[in-house]
Amino acid sequence: MVEVSSPPTIESFYKYIAEGKLMGVKCKKCGKVMVPPKPLCENCMAKDLEWIQLKGEGEVISFTIIHVPPTSFASIAPYAVAVVKLDEGPKIPGIVKGVTQPHQLKVGMRVKAIFEQIPSTQAWPQWSRYYFQPI
Amino acid sequence: MVGKPLATIVSAGLSKFGRREGLYWRELFIEAATEAFDRCPNLDPRKDIKAIFVGHMGESYEHQGHTAPTITDWLGLTPVQGFRLESACASSGAALRCAVMAIASGLVDVVLVGGVEKMTHRSTAEVTEFLAMASDFPFEQWNGLTFPGLYALMATAHMHKYGTREEQLAMVAVKNHKNAAINPKAQFQRAITIEEVLKSRVIAWPLKLYDCSPITDGASCAILVRPELAKKFTDTPVHIIASAGATDKIGVYEREDLTTLLSARVASQEAYRMAGVEPKDIDVAEVHDCFTIAEIILYEDLGFCPKGYGGKFIEEGQPEVGGKIPVNTSGGLKAKGHPVGATGVAQLYEVYLQLTNQAGPRQVSGAEIGLTHNMGGSGASAFVHIYKRGD
Repeated sequence: MVEVSSPPTIESFYKYIAEGKLMGVKCKKCGKVMVPPKPLCENCMAKDLEWIQLKGEGEVISFTIIHVPPTSFASIAPYAVAVVKLDEGPKIPGIVKGVTQPHQLKVGMRVKAIFEQIPSTQAWPQWSRYYFQPI
Repeated sequence: MVGKPLATIVSAGLSKFGRREGLYWRELFIEAATEAFDRCPNLDPRKDIKAIFVGHMGESYEHQGHTAPTITDWLGLTPVQGFRLESACASSGAALRCAVMAIASGLVDVVLVGGVEKMTHRSTAEVTEFLAMASDFPFEQWNGLTFPGLYALMATAHMHKYGTREEQLAMVAVKNHKNAAINPKAQFQRAITIEEVLKSRVIAWPLKLYDCSPITDGASCAILVRPELAKKFTDTPVHIIASAGATDKIGVYEREDLTTLLSARVASQEAYRMAGVEPKDIDVAEVHDCFTIAEIILYEDLGFCPKGYGGKFIEEGQPEVGGKIPVNTSGGLKAKGHPVGATGVAQLYEVYLQLTNQAGPRQVSGAEIGLTHNMGGSGASAFVHIYKRGD
C-alpha cells in the first residue's frame, strides 16, 4: 500500500495506479487539484499538498489514432490516445481501449479509467498502467 | 516607430538539406559555415569571431555531444569560446536568442550562430524515439504518444472547435512543397496535390504522411555583429530588431486550450512590441510548420489572422507568395526539411535571403520586414525574431 503521507511524486502516482487508484494532489492553501502530482502547487506555489482519490471519470477533450507507434507500442497499433478532462478538473492523456477507428470516439464522449498491473521487470520504469474505456 | 537594431546579420550560410549520406554533423556544419564565410570576404573568422552559439538537439544520433568545441575545432576557430543550446526543435532559435543577447550585452562584437542535426543514417523508429524525448515522458510517452500524435491532438481539437478541415491542412503541405520546388537547397523538389496529401498513409489520425515534416540532415549558420560594426563587413546588412522567447507546459494534455500555442503568442507579442511593428507589417515569415496543423495554428497565434480563421487563411491563398503575408517561402520544415537543431537559423537564412533580395525565383518583391518563429517539441518552447533590411 502507498502511504497517505508519501510525497507527491510521479513514482507514488504510479504506485497508486498499481493499486487500482487514480490519485491526484490537492493544494491545502488554494484547493487546486493536480494530476500529475507536482511538488509545488502550480497555482499558488504552496508545498502543503494532500493526496485525493479521483473517480477516474471524465470527458474526451481531443484524441488521435496512432498508426506509426514508438517501438514499445508496435504490438498494439493502431490505438487511440485521448486527452481526458477528469470530473475533478485535471486533464490527462490515456490510451482508449478497444478503439482503432476515429468514428468510435467523439470529443465530449464520457470515459472511465481502468487499470492494469504490469509484471515486474528489470527495466526502468516499473510503472503499472491506466487506460480509458468509453462508459 | 520601428525598433532599434539589437544585432546585425552580415552573412549567412546553409548546407543542402536532405539525405546527406556519408557525412557527419561536424562536416555538414562546415558546409554551412564556409558559405557564410565566403559571402563575407571582409570577415577574418579566426580574428573576428569571439564566440559561437550552436543549436543541436541530440547526441544520440552520432554518439557525439560536446557540440561547441567539436565545431570550433573542426572550423579551425579554437580557442574561441562556444555554447551549445538545446531546446528540442527550437535549439538554434535558442542559440540565436543567446547570440543576440551576447551582442546586445556589449560583451562580444562578432559571433557565429548556427545549428545542426544529422538524422537520416538512423532508422525511423530510432529517430522517433530520439525526438520523443522532447515530450513529457511519464504521461505522454508512457501512453504511446508520438510527435505526430501530439500535433494530431491539436488538429482534432482545432477541427472540432473551428471546423477546420483535412483539405485545409493539405493546402499547407501543397503550398510548402510548391515553394520548396524552387529552392535548390530544399529536401523535396517536387510539387504535390491535395489528393496526394489526403491519400497518403495515416501516421496519427487526422495527420497523414504529407502533413508531417521529414527526417533531414542539415546545418545552418549566420554571422552576427554589433550594429555599429556592420558596414565594415557588408553593404547589405539585415538588422535583428526583436528577439523573444517563451515556454509553455511540457505536456500538451495539461494546457488550457489545445487549439492554441501559448509560447508563440507570448513570444510574438513581446517581439512585435520590441520591434514596434504589427503583424500586418510583416512582409515575409518563416514559421515552424513541423506539421501542417502547426502552421494553421501559427497563422492565428502570430496574429496573421483572427483565432479560428487559420484554415480559411490558407484556403484564401493569403500565405502564398503574392498573398497577404507569404509564409515559408523556403518550403518550410515540411518540404525544405527539418534537421531539428538547424531549423531556427535555417529560418533566419531564408529571411536573410529575402531581405537582401537574394531569394531568386521565390523572392518576395520589396520585402523589408521579416519574422521567424521556431518552436521546440509540441510548443513548450518558442523563439520569435523580427528582422529589418538595413540601409
